[in-house]
Amino acid sequence: MSGAASVGPGLDARLAVPDRLDVALTAAPGEIVAVIGPNGAGKSTLVRALAGLVPATGHALLDGTDLLTLPVRERRVGLVFQDKMLFPHLTARANVAFGPRSRGVSRRTAEAAAQDWLDRLGIGDLAGRKPRQLSGGQAQRVAIARALAADPRLLLLDEPMAGLDVSVATALRLELARHLRDYDGVTLLVTHDAIDALTIATRVLVVDAGRVAQFGTPLEVAQQPATDHVARLVGLNVLRDGERFRAFSPTAVNVDLHEPDGSARNRWPGRIAAASPHGAALRLVVHAVGGQELIADVTPAAAAELGLVPGREVWLSVKETSVRSYVAAPT
Amino acid sequence: MPTTLRPLRVALVALLLLVPSAACGSDDSEPGTDGGTQTFTVLAAASLTEVFESFAKDFEAEHDGVEVEFSFGSSTDLAEQAADGAPGDVLATADEKSMQVAVDADATGTTPEAFATNTMVLVTPPDNPAGIKAIDDLADATWVRCADEVPCGRVALELVGSNKVTSEPVSLEEDVKSTLEKVTSGEADAGFVYKSDAVAAGDAVNVVEIDDAADHPTSYYIAALSQTDDEDLAQAWVDLVTSEEGQATLAEAGFSAP
Amino acid sequence: MTRDPLGRPPALLLLPAAIATLLLVVPLAAMVAATDWSGLADQLGSEQLREALRLSLVTSTAAMLVCLLLGLPLAWLLARVDFQGRGLLRALVTVPLVLPPVVAGVALRTAFGRTGVIGEPLLELTGFAFPFTVWGVVLAHVFVSMPFVVIAIEGALRSADKEYDAAAATLGASRWTAFRRVTVPLALPGILAGMVLGWARSLGEFGATITFNGNYPGTTQTMPTLIYVTRQSDQGAALAASLVMLGVSITVLLLLRDRWLGTP
Repeated sequence: MSGAASVGPGLDARLAVPDRLDVALTAAPGEIVAVIGPNGAGKSTLVRALAGLVPATGHALLDGTDLLTLPVRERRVGLVFQDKMLFPHLTARANVAFGPRSRGVSRRTAEAAAQDWLDRLGIGDLAGRKPRQLSGGQAQRVAIARALAADPRLLLLDEPMAGLDVSVATALRLELARHLRDYDGVTLLVTHDAIDALTIATRVLVVDAGRVAQFGTPLEVAQQPATDHVARLVGLNVLRDGERFRAFSPTAVNVDLHEPDGSARNRWPGRIAAASPHGAALRLVVHAVGGQELIADVTPAAAAELGLVPGREVWLSVKETSVRSYVAAPT
Repeated sequence: MPTTLRPLRVALVALLLLVPSAACGSDDSEPGTDGGTQTFTVLAAASLTEVFESFAKDFEAEHDGVEVEFSFGSSTDLAEQAADGAPGDVLATADEKSMQVAVDADATGTTPEAFATNTMVLVTPPDNPAGIKAIDDLADATWVRCADEVPCGRVALELVGSNKVTSEPVSLEEDVKSTLEKVTSGEADAGFVYKSDAVAAGDAVNVVEIDDAADHPTSYYIAALSQTDDEDLAQAWVDLVTSEEGQATLAEAGFSAP
Repeated sequence: MTRDPLGRPPALLLLPAAIATLLLVVPLAAMVAATDWSGLADQLGSEQLREALRLSLVTSTAAMLVCLLLGLPLAWLLARVDFQGRGLLRALVTVPLVLPPVVAGVALRTAFGRTGVIGEPLLELTGFAFPFTVWGVVLAHVFVSMPFVVIAIEGALRSADKEYDAAAATLGASRWTAFRRVTVPLALPGILAGMVLGWARSLGEFGATITFNGNYPGTTQTMPTLIYVTRQSDQGAALAASLVMLGVSITVLLLLRDRWLGTP
């Protein structure tokens, strides 16, 4: 990723914001890059730097033009904000028409195009409503339509599903996936939801503490996560062992009240920090003595029998055959 | 950048400093605070300001422990205040009508005495930009006088009528001091003020006499107020003003004998 | 009053609140009570009063529009643009707030009077001078009202989320477009409140106007000046004029509250 920047189509960026961000990424036209990472990792900073709302150094070549040399309004970057930021005094239609009109399109043409976008997102009949008369899901569709109507070459979605009901988010996710497939620019989708990353994205960028922790296909990232955070997102335990990572499923973990006999070298004492239903099982989060946080799925019956409640001291163990060992995909 | 802004900062500070001094007005008559002094209050027409202040010096010298305080203003205002029971020992007005207000309200403790008269003159800024030599020259000038409602306005109105001045004033001021001030500040080319005001203004104005001004004098009246705590002292002030010595001071200040 | 689940308002707060209300209402009520209603009709019909009222309304409205035209951009600058000396500029803008109006009049004169820094060359070039004219009245009003308008609008602009401006920029809007189509509409209630505040301040303006412009019926005699001058000779007329002022102020403020400011 280092070396001379390419001048081909798509995105080729290396961005630095002092103390907050230092990442490089590339994406071909039509690609959808999911950006995941813990809170405060720099995901929002990355999209805001690309949009020009946060000053950054480095370069961000979009179809050969360096965005960093352009003012915000000339970047042709569509940004869907975390909290939508629809103009509250304008109707949905006027919100969507705002981009084209700002670029000099006549009111009539812009509003026709806006109506078209709203129709495509299935909310054409709500075009005359003000944002406060819209539900969260409807408002997010308007925000997406507004960003797309401005004909961006780079679409930045900052947690578009945040704050929505699960069912609403699911419907919107399907629709978003459909629209993004038709979109020929580059999309960056910031999310904290593994499903977004795995179902919509063509590639996943894992950001941790302002750096790229992993950049690969959804499959690579899901099977061989390089950070605790992603491991947790995809529901795996991951241990680092030098250059190698060792991953295992929470269903493979045995929970005992006493140190298990036998030769299993993978065993850890710890204390149960939390317990919550996970499908038919009960998922325990255990603080291991080494500082590691591990998850284990047990049956409710076993949990009741052993008295597995938060605060309980337990031993975790996993068979070596259940552990997958790998070298993390290069970033 | 900070260095270029320094003049602005200085200006700001200067403006802020202006506030207290301008807000207090004449603050040379702070009430006495030590136990030994007795405060003596005189309500007097604005045109008496300078001459009464000079009386105060003599008065304080003659009466040990007495401190003279003034409330200068329009005669109408002061008479009303006296009628409403404003604290004061003596009232001096620039006309008879105002004094009558106080008399009618039983606010006076002695019979009002006429102690001076005043006549009107025209004043212009020192350089006389409109070249005014006589009252007839007002025709093309920017001039001011007191409002019809106050004594100095009534006298000015009479003079305007008798001299057939056809032009209109640009402003009808609330009292003679603000009329004078419109001229001294250069905003007006001329203004009708009392001769005593013109004398007090000194070099700040150029005086143009009005031929028939003596036919339209205004009389000043003085009386002790009934609410005074010290009738003798109040009478002493009245006596000072009407004494030979007092009359000489008044004449010096541009007033005429009653 | 419905029962408040948090408990009754404490007397320690109710008592001062009641005193504050009385302090504000009693003098005005007393003024109304002291009015001689039989003579009021005559006073109201007087040419002088009608002229002063008309002048007051016209000059206050004109001053409000000037304040909006010049004050809104200044407020925007203070609220939205980060530049050195911004704090100082804001302090300077607010100085007229603390100035006694007479000082404002003196200051205006030294700048715009016939011998003023700007007034003298203006007079020489154009033959026009502000003092003693309607324009002088508007100028004095603008001087004393502008700080209110700027401060109120700046507050409104500050409370309007900057992210909307950012959103507009990502959609390709120039700063001017964002100002026109996003910033101003969003801050509109605050802007209108600022305008009303400025208008009210102008309507009551007296000290700076009389110092700078004097007092002449039809040209510079506004309602407050008329009241001040007639008070010297005719208390009844002054009282009648004061009542008209009171009525106009209350009517306008009530109308604006309902229609624009959205406060119940």
